[in-house]
Amino acid sequence: MTTTPLRAPRTADHLDLLESHAIFILREVVAECERPVLLFSGGKDSAVLLHLALKAFAPQQLPFPVLHIDTGQNFPEVLRYRDEQAASLGVKLLVAKVQDSIDQGKVADPGPMGSRNRLQTVTLLDAINDNGFDAAFGGARRDEDKARAKERILSFRDGFGQWDPRRQRPELWQLYQGKVNPGEHLRAFPLSDWTELDIWQYIEREQMELPEIYFAHERDVLLRDDMWLAVGPFVEPRPGETVERRVVRFRTVGDANCTGAVDSPADTIAAIIEEIAIANVSERGATRADDRFSETAMEDRKREGYF
Amino acid sequence: MKLATKDLLRLATIGSVDDGKSTLIGRLLVDTRQLFDDQLDAVVAASEKRGVGDLDLSFVTDGLRAEREQGITIDVAYRYASTPSRKFIIADCPGHVQYTSNMATGASTADLALVVMDVAHGIKEQTRRHLCIAALLGVHSLIVCVNKMDKVDWSQSAFQREVDEVQSLSSELGFKSVTIIPVSALLGDNVVDPSKNTPWYEGPSVLSALETSDAGSWARTTRGARLPIQWVLRQSGGGRTYAGMIDGNAFHVGDAVTLLPANIETKIRAINSGSGERGEAGVGLSVDLDLDDETDAGRGDLIASAPLPTVTKELTATIIWFGDQPLVEGQRLRLKHTTKVTPVRVQAITGVMDIETLVIDESSTLTTNQIGLATLVTADPLVVDDYRDNRVTGSFVLIDVVTNATVAAGMVGRASFF
Repeated sequence: MTTTPLRAPRTADHLDLLESHAIFILREVVAECERPVLLFSGGKDSAVLLHLALKAFAPQQLPFPVLHIDTGQNFPEVLRYRDEQAASLGVKLLVAKVQDSIDQGKVADPGPMGSRNRLQTVTLLDAINDNGFDAAFGGARRDEDKARAKERILSFRDGFGQWDPRRQRPELWQLYQGKVNPGEHLRAFPLSDWTELDIWQYIEREQMELPEIYFAHERDVLLRDDMWLAVGPFVEPRPGETVERRVVRFRTVGDANCTGAVDSPADTIAAIIEEIAIANVSERGATRADDRFSETAMEDRKREGYF
Repeated sequence: MKLATKDLLRLATIGSVDDGKSTLIGRLLVDTRQLFDDQLDAVVAASEKRGVGDLDLSFVTDGLRAEREQGITIDVAYRYASTPSRKFIIADCPGHVQYTSNMATGASTADLALVVMDVAHGIKEQTRRHLCIAALLGVHSLIVCVNKMDKVDWSQSAFQREVDEVQSLSSELGFKSVTIIPVSALLGDNVVDPSKNTPWYEGPSVLSALETSDAGSWARTTRGARLPIQWVLRQSGGGRTYAGMIDGNAFHVGDAVTLLPANIETKIRAINSGSGERGEAGVGLSVDLDLDDETDAGRGDLIASAPLPTVTKELTATIIWFGDQPLVEGQRLRLKHTTKVTPVRVQAITGVMDIETLVIDESSTLTTNQIGLATLVTADPLVVDDYRDNRVTGSFVLIDVVTNATVAAGMVGRASFF
C-alpha cells in the first residue's frame, strides 16, 4: 500500500475511467478462468497492459505468466526491454518460438528474409494448447483496425482458435462472461476502448519506460512499399534500393521486416503526444506491411486465431 | 504538450436497416476529421471495388467482409472520436432483427442513443423494438436524426410529422431528454454544421447536441454506493482488502457500510486506487477497500452504503431472450449477476411484450429476441437493486449450461411501461 497523502476529491477523467475499466476486466478474467496468460511483445500496448495487470493485483504477485511469441525477427532493443521488464517487475516470462514450429515441421520456413508474421498464429495456438491456457490477454485496441473494431472485449475462440465474427457472444453491461469448455479459450482485450493517444497520455502520466526504438534516433533505412524499413539481418537492400541514414522512430513494434519507421524528431513522450495529436495517417497504416495484404487482412488472420 | 483531460460519453446508434445509421456515423467521423488519410483512402478504394460510388460512408464502420458484400451491419463496430472537451465511444449497432442481441450489447453501456430514421418511412418496427430495448436498458437521452431529408425536398411538414410520432412514442417509453434533428447523412446537412436547406429548423446540429448532452447520466443514482467484490487482495502486512469497481454513489473513508449477503456492518478504513490512497472514490473507479473489521468476505459478495440493496433468491425480472430455442418454464440455466455466478431455474414466464402496442400478452415461452417478464429462482442469494436504481446491481445475464453461450439479458424489476 502506498502512503501518498490523501487527495482532494476530484472527478475522474477519461484516463482514470479507462484504467479502472481495464483493471476490472483483468480481475474478472482471472477470477473466472482457470489458467490465464498475458501476451507480451515488448510493444507499448502490451507494456501498458502489463502495467495495469500489476496494478490490478498489487501488492500480490501477478497471478499468471506472460508469454512472448518470438518470431525470431524482432528488434533486439525490444527483446532486451522484454527481458529487463520481466526481471525487474518479477513476472514469469514464457517464450514460444516460431523457429521451433518450423523445426518441428509444422510450418514451412519462409527463408531468412521471408515474413513470419502469419506463422506465429501456429506457435501461439500451440503454446496456448500445450500450457492449457483458457484465456489470453492481449493489448489489441479497437481503433487499430476495422475488424478489431468489431470484436468483443472477451472474444471466444473455438477448439481451433478461430474467431467467428458472425457468432460473437452478446456482451452486456460489464458482465464479462468467461466460461469455456476444454480446448476452447478466450482472448481478452482490456485496452479495447483505448486509442493510440490515450495510450501515450497514460504512458506519460504513469512515467513508464519503453523500448528506445519508439523515440527518435538515427538509423539506416531503405524505402520499400512506401515504408522505411530498418536495414539489418532481416532486411537487406534489393537491387535498386538505396540505404539512407535518417532520424526516425517506430509508431508500432512488430517484426523488423514488416514494421516501418516514420520520419520523426520526437524524442520524448511529450513530443510524441504532440506528434500523434496532429497525425493524419493511422499507426498501422503508416507502419504495418502485414495489414496491406488485402482489404480484410486483419479479419482473415483473426479468423485463423491471430492475436 | 499537455492535452486537456476529457470526460467520456458512450453512445449507441439505433434504428432500422437501411435508414442510414452507419452512413451517419461515417459522415460524423469524416466531417470532424476523426479519420486518418489512409483509413479514408481505404474506404474510397472499397467503395470503388464494389461499385457503390466514390465514397460509401457506411464502409467506415462496416468493416467485415460479409458486411461490405451485403451492405448491412452484422455486429457492433466501436469507433472513437474526440473533441477538445470530450471523448466519445460510439457503438454503431446493427439494424436487422436477427442481430438484436448485438444491438443490446452496444446499447447496454450507452449514456445516449443516436436514433436514425428515414423521413419517408417513419418509425419502422425494428426502430420501435430498438427504442423499447434502449428504454428498458435505461438509456435516458435520445438524439433522433430524421434522415434523408434531401429525398423529401427538405419538407418541414414531413419533418414535423416525424417529430410528432417520435415525441408520442418517446414519452410512452419514458425517455427524459429527446432532441430531434432533420438531417441528410449522405450530404452532411445538420450533422456537423447547421444546414442552409432547413432555415425553419433552429435546433442544434448532431455534433453540437452530442457535445452538450449529459455524460455518465446512467451511472448516477441517489440509491447508495455499491462495490461488488471481484477479488480479495492479501496485503503485505497481513490483512485483506476487497477489490472491485464502484457503482452508484461514492464511498468515503469512514463511511458506514454493510457487507452483503452476510449483513455485517463495518466502516471503511482506507480506499486504495491504481494511483494511491484516496479519501473518496466514485462510480466507475476500480479500487480496493480496507474495512475496519476482519470479515470473511469474497468474490460475489457486495459492500454497500445505505439505502441497502435487497438480498433474495427469487427475482421478478424483465428478460430479453437471445437463445435460438425458446425459453420455457422450468428451464435451468446459469445466471451471472455482478461478480456472482449461480444456477437458476425459470419459475414462471408471466408475459411477453407486443412491440407494436407495448402491452403484455400472456405467454409461457419467449422466442428469440422477444422481451418478457419472468420469475426466476436462484440457488445462491443475490444482492440486487431494481435496475432503474442501479444498472450494475440490477442487471444479469443468463448462460446456457452446455455451450456457455450468453442467451439472455435480464433486468431486475418490472419496466415502467410494462
